[in-house]
Amino acid sequence: MRATGWKLLGVAAVLAAAGVLIGLYVGKLETDAGSKPYTVPVTSQGGHPVVDLTIQTVAAVGPQLSPGHPDFVSYLVRDTQGKWLRRTVWRLPANATVHVTIYNFDGNSGLRNPWFGRATGIDGNAFQLDGKATDGINGDDASHTFAVPALGLIVPIAGVADDAKNQCGYAPCALSMAHHTITFTFHTGKAGHYRWQCFVPCAAGWIYGFGGPMQTIGYMDGFLDVA
Amino acid sequence: MAAWGHGKRVLVAWAVLSVIATPLVAVFLGPAMPPGNASEQATGQVFDNAVMTSIVTPIICLLLVFFVYALSQFRHSGGELVDGPPLRNDNRVQLWWMVVTSVTVLFLAAFGTYELLQTGSGGGQGPDPIAKPSGAANAFQVQVIAQQWQFTYRYPSLGGMETAQLVLPANTLVELHVTSLDAVHSFWAVELAVKADANIGVDNVAYVKTKGARTFHVRCAELCGLWHGYMFDNGQVMDSSQFASWASGQKKIFSTVAKYVPKYARVYYPDPQRRAG
Repeated sequence: MRATGWKLLGVAAVLAAAGVLIGLYVGKLETDAGSKPYTVPVTSQGGHPVVDLTIQTVAAVGPQLSPGHPDFVSYLVRDTQGKWLRRTVWRLPANATVHVTIYNFDGNSGLRNPWFGRATGIDGNAFQLDGKATDGINGDDASHTFAVPALGLIVPIAGVADDAKNQCGYAPCALSMAHHTITFTFHTGKAGHYRWQCFVPCAAGWIYGFGGPMQTIGYMDGFLDVA
Repeated sequence: MAAWGHGKRVLVAWAVLSVIATPLVAVFLGPAMPPGNASEQATGQVFDNAVMTSIVTPIICLLLVFFVYALSQFRHSGGELVDGPPLRNDNRVQLWWMVVTSVTVLFLAAFGTYELLQTGSGGGQGPDPIAKPSGAANAFQVQVIAQQWQFTYRYPSLGGMETAQLVLPANTLVELHVTSLDAVHSFWAVELAVKADANIGVDNVAYVKTKGARTFHVRCAELCGLWHGYMFDNGQVMDSSQFASWASGQKKIFSTVAKYVPKYARVYYPDPQRRAG
């Protein structure tokens, strides 16, 4: 083979190696603890799939659940043993009824657009805030939102008062600590890969409050894998 | 064969291919080009795309013919490689090359500028637009608010209500005011041929004259973070009666949050959030 041929072969080999490395890196991202899917247990009521999804939102995820970023604000999901996991990709059945309970231990950061302070896309367009039916909150009082734009779902999450006693420092937070409880029900509809996110700029120290945990799957963003 | 012999062959092949391809592109491909016929601005863009594609067709033909001819004719077939004949200038070829390319480029520049002023109002023109369509003073106003990572829409003539979906009345001139609350986004209503950057603190104005009822796609066209690829939704153009009914329903939904939403303004500077700064 002539020298030109060897050169071309060398370039092709380098490109192939680069492709493999990129693939491995993407694979690592996919299997990173935060984006590893969590399959939510399903029960059946009259043949209709029903899911209980229990999550908590915390101001700092802590070194136990995120050694690399212990100060990241984060969502956590509770498994069947009552253990809190840092997983934000949740596998749900299609056409299911999903009962959601959110324990919020974080203070309020405020919505940049108060329009997201109104609940939509859930049963009755209302949620229970500490047991009281509510259809929206003042944007300034929002700590986070749970929003799935493709499903038209928005639920604002009220923040814990600044002067509340026994506030949680690092996750996982116990229910004996200061928190709000938000419950609501929605329906998954047809199968799909739906992203969810928080609309509150709650990432402390990041530009516009939307960097770091707001742009890393496994903290304040994720997917509903509906199948 | 002498160089001029090769040149004649290439020129003849190029002329034949161009005479066949250019009308086909102009008549069949041009009108079928995006973004379609959903608005007057879209129709204008299709015309522009058709004209420019037709002009570029002979140029592409020349490149293809020369490429294929060079591959088939200028091949080394054994023996030692030796230098070819020295290159010499040909003043006539150089002159024609400069004239043809200059005329083409200048025409495209003039045509593009003229069309931008005539039908280019779908592009964001900043707070003081130059290419205003006739009747702009009475246009129906809609504000597009971009935020990471969803567009929302406010209707100042409907009590400042805000919605998650862009719905427009049919056969109406719409004045879009595009702005952002955080990063740089770009509002792109694909089939309506509207594209305008969304910058924080900037009122970027674009116009669109809708035609009949239909759906259209809305996308963010500026890389804006993690969920940029998911920042899309569907909009709708509705007949006036349907639009009135939709607006009435949206006003009721909006009423629950209206007291918290700031008064309508061309731009917004949200209070610094505690963590965002």
